[in-house]
Amino acid sequence: MIVVVLPQHLRTLAGVPGDVRLEVKGQATLGSVLDALEDRFPMLRGTIRDHGTLKRRPFLRFFVCSEDWSHESPDTPLPAEVTSGKEPFMVIGAIAGG
Amino acid sequence: MSKVRVLVGTKKGAFILTSDGKRDKWEVSGPHFTGWEIYHLKGSPADPNRLYASQSSGWFGQIIQRSSDGGKTWETPGGGMQMAPGGMPAGESNKFVYDTSAETGRPLTTHQWYDGTQHPWEFKRVWHIEPSFTDPDTAYAGIEDAAIFRTTDGGKSWHELPGLRGHGTGPKWQPGAGGMCLHTIILDKSNPQRIFIAISAAGAFRTDDGGKTWKPINRGLKSNYIPDPHAEVGHCVHHIAMHPSRAGVLFMQKHWDVMRSDDAGDSWHEVSGNLPTDFGFVIDVHAHEPETIYVVPIKSDSEHFPLDGALRVYRSRSGGNEWEPLTKGLPQSNCYVNVLRDAMAVDTLDSCGIYFGTTGGQVYASADGGDNWSPIVRDLPAVLSVEVQTIL
Repeated sequence: MIVVVLPQHLRTLAGVPGDVRLEVKGQATLGSVLDALEDRFPMLRGTIRDHGTLKRRPFLRFFVCSEDWSHESPDTPLPAEVTSGKEPFMVIGAIAGG
Repeated sequence: MSKVRVLVGTKKGAFILTSDGKRDKWEVSGPHFTGWEIYHLKGSPADPNRLYASQSSGWFGQIIQRSSDGGKTWETPGGGMQMAPGGMPAGESNKFVYDTSAETGRPLTTHQWYDGTQHPWEFKRVWHIEPSFTDPDTAYAGIEDAAIFRTTDGGKSWHELPGLRGHGTGPKWQPGAGGMCLHTIILDKSNPQRIFIAISAAGAFRTDDGGKTWKPINRGLKSNYIPDPHAEVGHCVHHIAMHPSRAGVLFMQKHWDVMRSDDAGDSWHEVSGNLPTDFGFVIDVHAHEPETIYVVPIKSDSEHFPLDGALRVYRSRSGGNEWEPLTKGLPQSNCYVNVLRDAMAVDTLDSCGIYFGTTGGQVYASADGGDNWSPIVRDLPAVLSVEVQTIL
């Protein structure tokens, strides 16, 4: 069970009140948790990763166990703290705007 | 009893303003999609309850929203409704991927960047959605970086009409200050094969074969800010309007200059006439008088507000050249708002209503063709677009 923390706008879009809990088959990686998230909430496709390139959108970052995973490869396995649900996988929007 | 529905896109959500045919009392619904930029929303002429909205964000990208009940409820088509073979819902409604297929023979090119170098095409957002006259499930989307897409399944999936981007001049297109956006799509009710579009800063284009092939239609435009003022492409067209009954008569607000074409864009001539400044963004045509047109002059390309701080709509009853200021009910001092390119629309009631929204959050309405104005709302977020549905 992986806990995913989403920015408020994406929670609204997905229609979820809080954190999302996901089951990921096999070895959970940065990419596979995003695949599972988009499979369950297809309206989120394109909002975190570009549709065509699957690259992370520039104003979003990924955090795992208080570390910035934004530039990690999609194939990087997530640590046990995250795959066990003890620590969340966090999608965070840049603090900017108007 | 007739009814008017005004669809307002703003920097922080959508609003729907409704009134009966008298247009003196309004109900305000919204904000819908709170906190998101709503570049455009528009109703289907074939089914007034079918609305499409372009919802976007610098953080989260593009979302397409659809309503089937006139804006009371919304859904992301394809986002949970459509099931893929594996039983999972398929989400394709916000997937705008440029066509690079071998079948088109039009590989993805680069376009000109601000500094003159070549830059890859990158999808940013949908600026304008134009629903079909006849089919509620068919609509066209004008996007940044400039291209035109079409859906035939109610917004669940979108596919590029690649002949526009690939017809040859693409590497010469360049972004305007607001980005390289395809912002205007005009369908021709009398000729379903004909579509007009406009791009900042590439110019106007037309297809006569349903979108397979396109040609630039910029002859007669003169833009002193580009190396060749009479170039085939590179003009910063801000908006184009056409009366439905006068197919082929086009009115254009260019960066500078108000222009007119009587031959479907094959040639243009200037009709700025006595306007105090011919810079501006919006232009529209009276619903029942095809020679009556409206613009909102803006001081200059570096000062995006009305001349002398006085908000004035200008009306020409002669198809251009002779213009009169319309000021009753509009602020005539200390007004420094802008009126963006998609933020003017008309209704089709007997006494034609004219509507426009400002970057200051006001939506003004005139129920008598522009003689008298009053604000429907005054304090919305900056208005990006205004469309009107007349429901008889």
